Amino acid sequence: MHWISIKRIFKSGFVSFWRNGFVSLSSLLVMTITLLIIGGVVFSGAFFDYTLKQIKNKVDINVYFVIGADESNILSMQNALKGLPEVDKVIYTTSAEALQNFRDKHKNDTLTLQALDLLDENPLGASLNIKAKDPSQYAGIAEYLKSPDVLSKDGKTIIDKVNYEQNKVVIDKLNTIINSSQRIAFWFTLLFILISIIITFNTIRLAIFISKDEISVMRLVGASSKYVKGPFVVSGVLCGAIASAIALMIFALGSFWLLRLTDTYFAGFSFLGYFSANFLQILFIVLGSGIVLGAVSSYLAVVKYLKD
Amino acid sequence: MIFFDKVMKVYSDDSVALDGVSFSVEPKEFVSIVGHSGAGKTTLIKMLLAEEKPSKGKVFFESKDVHKLRHDEIHNFRRKIGTVFQDFRLLPNKTVYENVAFAMEVSGRCDTEICSDVPQVLDLVDLSKRAFAFPHELSGGEKQRVAIARAIVNQPDVIIADEPTGNLDPLNTHEIVQILKKINDLGTTVILTTHNRGVVDSLGKRVISMENGKIVRDDKEGKYIL
Repeated sequence: MHWISIKRIFKSGFVSFWRNGFVSLSSLLVMTITLLIIGGVVFSGAFFDYTLKQIKNKVDINVYFVIGADESNILSMQNALKGLPEVDKVIYTTSAEALQNFRDKHKNDTLTLQALDLLDENPLGASLNIKAKDPSQYAGIAEYLKSPDVLSKDGKTIIDKVNYEQNKVVIDKLNTIINSSQRIAFWFTLLFILISIIITFNTIRLAIFISKDEISVMRLVGASSKYVKGPFVVSGVLCGAIASAIALMIFALGSFWLLRLTDTYFAGFSFLGYFSANFLQILFIVLGSGIVLGAVSSYLAVVKYLKD
Repeated sequence: MIFFDKVMKVYSDDSVALDGVSFSVEPKEFVSIVGHSGAGKTTLIKMLLAEEKPSKGKVFFESKDVHKLRHDEIHNFRRKIGTVFQDFRLLPNKTVYENVAFAMEVSGRCDTEICSDVPQVLDLVDLSKRAFAFPHELSGGEKQRVAIARAIVNQPDVIIADEPTGNLDPLNTHEIVQILKKINDLGTTVILTTHNRGVVDSLGKRVISMENGKIVRDDKEGKYIL
């Protein structure tokens, strides 16, 4: 196509978008709502991920050692555990630290502290706090702790207790909830996006339906298919671009407004922080969806009337 | 120049729009096609513009079968024909100037040509002062004059005017007919469909009379007789 035709198509697209006033405005509003839904899905996905991570972080298992267990054995076990691919973190708490933690925790409970002072030696053993990369991997780690590899040199076990069995029910339930909520979130996201795309597509189709006679006149005057389609696609792209600018502005203002609710309602998740850290990605998703949606729905709608 | 060869158009068994129509139109001719509503005048025009396909027969324009043109050739073919309709068919979101310029733009004419030709054509139809008005701001007669300006701006070989005076008062009707006559005098073939007796009788040109999809009369210097 000649550059002069391209220039005319762009000009005609911009002018008709402006002159169609009310029709353009309604397409713009519907497109903005669609993009808000798409962007909202991105934000809620990030919030959901953050919440799941927080919950996952709360799940752990503790290995309590017998009193007087050799520290070198404990440290070698810590290293061995760190070497396991499913283990994320292993934190060692010595028996002295455990005693100090206990004292701090009960600093207002004089009776308990007095009773503790009566004892000649530290009644608390050392412990290892293990965090897995994924909650489903705790069963494997608990199994490893039962294996002969973790025995001390003289063949005696130094482990007093592993609290996995007590936590097992909670961990398993949490795993099920996490998995099913991820699955549900995925289908809901897909459904929401699909519905909003269909609504936008139909709105643009209706807007172009109003121009049905105009399309037939253009054909009658001798306009080629490309020359008829072009301005409508340009208008659609323009509508998508403006709608994404509005949607991004609403996201920015909304994130800023939600800042003060971060700790109260969102467990420390900052929408503004997420928005600024991932701005380019969000811009790409929102602007890209707007432009593609505008162009494709306009194109398909015009093609329908060109065939008639 | 234009040749209809035994053209039939059947929509259903009891709806025959054209029934074996044959005639030819020579260059620079002014032909009026007359008949009551439903006689087949508009179907005939649609056949020539390749808007509809005949059930049987062929339509030739400059020895080319119009209905054998490829989809991407049709727009080039239509640029050779200027069209004027009863309902004007202007682009509502474009000004008078832009409506006329649009016909030149789609033909790939450059901006300089458009800037020089459009004002001349608007002057010819006496609309220079309304160049920047939108169609909804114009009277019926003015709208029809815009449609004529758009039809002639590319200097087509043929002008087809399908009931161009159907929505106009006698004064505007007279003006439009005078413009069409002037266009014909300048060498463009004009095909006019109408059921306005006064218009046909005042022209004193060739008249083809249609009834129930058939040509019943073809007079060289005819009158409206039905």
